[in-house]
Amino acid sequence: MVAFFLKRLALALVTLWILSVLVFLAGQVFPGDPARAILGPLAAPQAVAALQRQLGLDRPLLDQYWRWISHLVQGNPGLSYQYQAPIGPILTSALYRSLKLGLLAFVIVVPLGIAGGVVAALNVGRPIDRVISVLGLSMTVVPEFVSGIILILVLGIGLHLLPISASPPAGAGFFTTLKYLIMPAIPLVFVLFGYIARMARAGTIEALSSDYTRTAVLKGLARGLVVRRHVLRNSLLPTITVIATQTGYLIGGLVVVETLFRYPGIGSLVANAATNKDFPMLEAGVLTIGAVYMVATLLADLLFSVLDPRIRVAGAEQG
Amino acid sequence: MSIAVPDPQIAAHLEPGALSAGRRQRWRELGRELLRQKLFLVGAVILLWWIVAAIFGYQIAPQNPYAQNLTAINLAPSGAHLFGTDNLGRDMLSRVIVGSREILIIAPLATLIGTVLGAALGLAMGYLRGLFDDVLSRFVEAFLALPLVVTGLIAIFAFGRSNTTLIIVIGIVFAPLIARTVRAAVISERELEYIAAARLRGERALYVMAVEILPNVLAPITVEFTVRLGYAIFAVATLSFLGFGVQPPSPDWGLEIATNYGQVTAGYWWEVLFDALAIASLVVAVNLISDGLEAVLER
Repeated sequence: MVAFFLKRLALALVTLWILSVLVFLAGQVFPGDPARAILGPLAAPQAVAALQRQLGLDRPLLDQYWRWISHLVQGNPGLSYQYQAPIGPILTSALYRSLKLGLLAFVIVVPLGIAGGVVAALNVGRPIDRVISVLGLSMTVVPEFVSGIILILVLGIGLHLLPISASPPAGAGFFTTLKYLIMPAIPLVFVLFGYIARMARAGTIEALSSDYTRTAVLKGLARGLVVRRHVLRNSLLPTITVIATQTGYLIGGLVVVETLFRYPGIGSLVANAATNKDFPMLEAGVLTIGAVYMVATLLADLLFSVLDPRIRVAGAEQG
Repeated sequence: MSIAVPDPQIAAHLEPGALSAGRRQRWRELGRELLRQKLFLVGAVILLWWIVAAIFGYQIAPQNPYAQNLTAINLAPSGAHLFGTDNLGRDMLSRVIVGSREILIIAPLATLIGTVLGAALGLAMGYLRGLFDDVLSRFVEAFLALPLVVTGLIAIFAFGRSNTTLIIVIGIVFAPLIARTVRAAVISERELEYIAAARLRGERALYVMAVEILPNVLAPITVEFTVRLGYAIFAVATLSFLGFGVQPPSPDWGLEIATNYGQVTAGYWWEVLFDALAIASLVVAVNLISDGLEAVLER
C-alpha cells in the first residue's frame, strides 16, 4: 500500500517538474523584455539594464530556471509585475477563494450526478433514462460562460433572485456567502454533471447484471436493499476516478466562471496575468493549478485503492 | 448457399487492407442506421444550418454586420432589427449569422490537425510499445495535467494571438488526448491474427501500422474526431471570451459576449443572449452527432 502510494507520488512529482519546465519555456518564448515592460517605453536604457540585472534576466537560461524553481520550492514565487507585490499572499488567498467555489460546485454535483446516473440505470431504456443521459451530455459541452450568462440574465436580472457579483460583502455569514457563490457554481455543476452521471449509470448497470446481484435477488432480498447494499458500493468505484479527472475540467471552468462573475480566485488571477503579461504570476499560478490537479488525482488513486482491495494487493505485489 | 459464391466478409479479409464489396456494403448499412436516429438528425440539421450560415453569411444576413449606426444604438429586438442592435448600432442578427464563420473554420481545422497527429502518435505508441511508449506517455500525462483552457492560454500568450496560432495550439493540445484513445484501440488490434500474419509475411512496421491496423481503428478515430470537434468549438468560444481566441473586430460569438456582457446590467440582454444561444446550439448539435456516430459505430 505504501509502496503504491510512493510510486504514484514520485510519478506526480516528475510530471509536475516537466510542467514547470514547459511553463518556464513558454515565458521565455514570449517576445519582448520583461524589464522594459515593467518600466515602460520611456525609461532610460541604463535603468532597463539595471532592472534586467536585478531580475536576473541577463543570466543563462538554465541559471534563470534554477533560481526560479529553487525559490519556488522554498515557498517564494517572487514578485508580480502588475502589482509590484509578493505573489505568495495573493496566490494563497486567491486559491482559498477558488477552493470555496470549487468545493461548493463539487458538493452539489457529486450527489446529483450519482443520483442521476443511478436513477437512469435503474430505468434503462425508459424515457427518464434517455432524458438524463442526453441532457447530461448536452450540458457537458455548453461552455460555462454561456450557461453562466444565461443564468445571469434569467436569475440575476430577469427574476432578481440572486446577486450577479460573486463577491459577498466583507464579514458575510455562511448563508450570505452561499447566496453569492451559488450562481457561479451552477455552470460548473452543469459541465460536470454529465460525465459523473454517465459513469454512475454505466457502473450501476454493470453491477445490476452481475452475479452477486442475481444471488441477492434470488435470496429474496427486497429490491431497495439489493441496490443499497450490493449494487451501489460497486458501481461507485469507477465514478470516483471520474470525479478526480473532472478536477481538470473544474479548474478550466473556474478560469471562465471567475472571469465572468469577476470573482478574485486563482482562475481569474491566471487569466488576468496572461492578459497583463505578468510572467511570474502566470507561471506561479499555472504551476499551482497543476499541483492541485496532481493532488486531486493522487487522492482519487488512493481512495480507489482503499475501496478496492484488489488494487492494493496488485500494487503491493508489483512494488 | 452455393459454395462457389464467396462470402463478402471472407473476401474482405483475404485482401490485405483493400476495400472490397463487403466493406462498402457495411458503410452503406451504417449510414442508413445513422439516419434512423432522431437525435442525430436534429444535430445534423442544426450543424448544417450553421455551416450554411458560415459559408453564405454575408449573403444571408439582412444587413451589413459591420455597419455602425450611432443613431440606433442599443435598440431592443424589433421588426427592423430582429435581434436588436449593439452599442455601435450594428444589427445583432447579422452579426450572429456571420459570427459562425471563424469558429467553424478554426475548430474543424484544429481538430483535424489534432486527429492526424494524435492518430499517428497513438498508432506508433500502441504498436511499438516499449521505452518509446513509456517516455511519451509521461509527456502526455504532463500535458493533461492542465485543463485545455489554461494550456491554450499559456501557449497563445507565448506565441501571440492569431487564428493560426489558435488552430495549431488547439490541434497540438488535442493530439495527446486522441493519441491515448487510438493507442488503446491499437493495443487490442495488434493481438489479432491478421497482424501476426502480416508480420510473418515480413511486412515492415510502417506498413503494418498504416495499411493493416489503421483501417480497422478508423471507427474509434472517427468518433474521437467528432467528440473533439465539440470540445474544439467549446475551447475556441471560451478562449475568445477570455480574449485569447478570435480577435476583434470579428463578430465571433465568444468575443461578442466578452465585449457586450458589461451591457447586461444596463438591461441590454439581447446583446449577449443570442450569441450565447448560438454557441449552445452549435455545441449541442455536434455532441448529438458524435453520440449518434458512437452508438452506431461501436456496436
